[in-house]
Amino acid sequence: MSDIEITEASEVSPGADDVPLLEIRDVTKMFGSVISLSDISTTVRAGQVTCVLGDNGAGKSTFIKILSGVYQPDRGDVLMDGEPVRFSSPREALDAGVATVFQDLAVVPLMAVWRNFFLGSEPTKGWGPFRRFDAETAKKITRAEMADMGIDIRDLDQPVGTLSGGERQSVAIARAVHFGARLLILDEPTSALGVKQAGTVLKYIVQARDKGLGVIFITHNPHHAYPVGDRFLLLKRGKSLGDFAKSEISLAELTRLMAGGAELEQLAHELEREGDKSETSALGRELLDDTKTLG
Amino acid sequence: MTATAARADERIADVGVLRRLLVKPEFGALIGAVVIFVFFSIQSDVFRSPAGVANWLDGASTVGLMAVPVAMLMIGGHFDLSAGVQIGTAGLATGIMTTYWGLNVYASLVASLLLMLAIGFVNGYLVTRTGLPSFIITLGMFLGLQGINLGVTKQVTNTVQVSNLDLVPGYHLLKNILGSTVSVAGKPFQIAILWWVLFTALGSWALLKTRFGNWIFATGGDPNASKNVGVPTNRTTIALFMLTSAMAWFVGNTQIVRFGTIQAQVGIGQELIFIVAAVIGGCLLTGGYGSAIGASVGALIFGMTQQGIVYANWNSDWFKLFVGAMLLLAVLANQFVRRFAEQSRR
Repeated sequence: MSDIEITEASEVSPGADDVPLLEIRDVTKMFGSVISLSDISTTVRAGQVTCVLGDNGAGKSTFIKILSGVYQPDRGDVLMDGEPVRFSSPREALDAGVATVFQDLAVVPLMAVWRNFFLGSEPTKGWGPFRRFDAETAKKITRAEMADMGIDIRDLDQPVGTLSGGERQSVAIARAVHFGARLLILDEPTSALGVKQAGTVLKYIVQARDKGLGVIFITHNPHHAYPVGDRFLLLKRGKSLGDFAKSEISLAELTRLMAGGAELEQLAHELEREGDKSETSALGRELLDDTKTLG
Repeated sequence: MTATAARADERIADVGVLRRLLVKPEFGALIGAVVIFVFFSIQSDVFRSPAGVANWLDGASTVGLMAVPVAMLMIGGHFDLSAGVQIGTAGLATGIMTTYWGLNVYASLVASLLLMLAIGFVNGYLVTRTGLPSFIITLGMFLGLQGINLGVTKQVTNTVQVSNLDLVPGYHLLKNILGSTVSVAGKPFQIAILWWVLFTALGSWALLKTRFGNWIFATGGDPNASKNVGVPTNRTTIALFMLTSAMAWFVGNTQIVRFGTIQAQVGIGQELIFIVAAVIGGCLLTGGYGSAIGASVGALIFGMTQQGIVYANWNSDWFKLFVGAMLLLAVLANQFVRRFAEQSRR
């Protein structure tokens, strides 16, 4: 942890050269003739959260995969600490300090918590043919890191599959933090969770931010994004609808932009008309309320 | 969060010792082995006599030696249907090189090991490269090697066997290492039993205590997730196939050294027995779960049942029926275990 704090301190050093941790300039990605992302730009600073919002098919996944080294951009630059970088594999991105927590969390459900925590980066002891997985160290660190996130793991030997969704998310985040991530990318971490669990995950995001990490938080829920975000990049059908600092945009505007303003209002009315079936009309009324508050 | 944790604690408090044991992959097989031992011991005095024990341990060891790498491969998410026929390939290769081509016996052993490692590599490479089910790839290898074993043997020897290894210089040392017997309680026990115990311990150690072992579980449990965190899943898979082939080399050479002769058809049909032993020992067919010790216990059950039926004076024609029933029981037990492990998954 200490080395992260050091980098943060040096970056926040007073002066004009306030270089963002990550900068994306006019990044474009095409698959054949399909333009998946077109001229996307944003910045992420250490100790801040940049939220990437967009509906299904907006290009969020492509965006993540470019940053995590799965895809390479066709045009545009990715800069870390002001230096252009190009990750040709997830491993390279990891080595540069970019850790991605994918929606599937990259955990193996049948394996124990501590085995998952160190998967792919197992500490070893002994030498030559006697080199072995240092289980005690692994368990000790896992417990400590999880406690640091505010989670008291009952039994480190339990399979990750038996943890709740929020807890599994926390394992993945704590793991990324432990392995020296400077930039944490979270792919829809709250989408599959209940209200309370989602709140817990938002707390982890804040905790990672307070540790000095830059965080990219991918979501389609502005209500989750707004409380924790410092910057908001809105994507729609592969294009940027804008890249705002928090001071430049309100939650209401964010929601309106996300949902596509007028379209939503019309949808709300349609749903309202469609009958008195409690569920539909409740949804319609809710949407209408939302659009009204948006002005 | 502390509140949630506390509540979750209450939920999980009912996990007793028995349930904890139940999730161990080899637990069911151990119970089964004890039951079968007691059962046949009551049926037959010979079964529990030293001579009887030596006999069924011998049968179990031939299956068990191969069941260990086959189980590890299965935990890694793959099958090797060519595991049985490879035993023949290894033994025949050593036999032909020494008795017909006059090569030094040690050079032949090294050469046949390299051959087997190459076969394992091809299996693993094709599986990782094509993404096809290992079932199909190794079925192809199985049929191919079956043809080669018979074709080459007939071509070289004009018979369907390679013999006279016992006339080759250096044979006696090999015989001592691979094919001799150790006297316990006045009865000869095959030395292969010791090798079996040793390799089971090694396999279990590798699975549970090394990085490679962690990667095996991960590769079989969720290859995509493993890749995303930097586990070399392709290398792990290829290494597992090569490990299986290396063990086939060991078992094949044990057989030709022990008897001095080997049939071209040897090992065919055995591949399913190894898989049965691994599954009875608690390996999930879908990968990611299982144990080397369990596979050996599965082999032990197989050996005890095979000989027990003979000692109990039953008609041994019915043997496979027992194996089939045990396999089904074991799979059902595994199903239960996996549901248990993933119970509260949401």
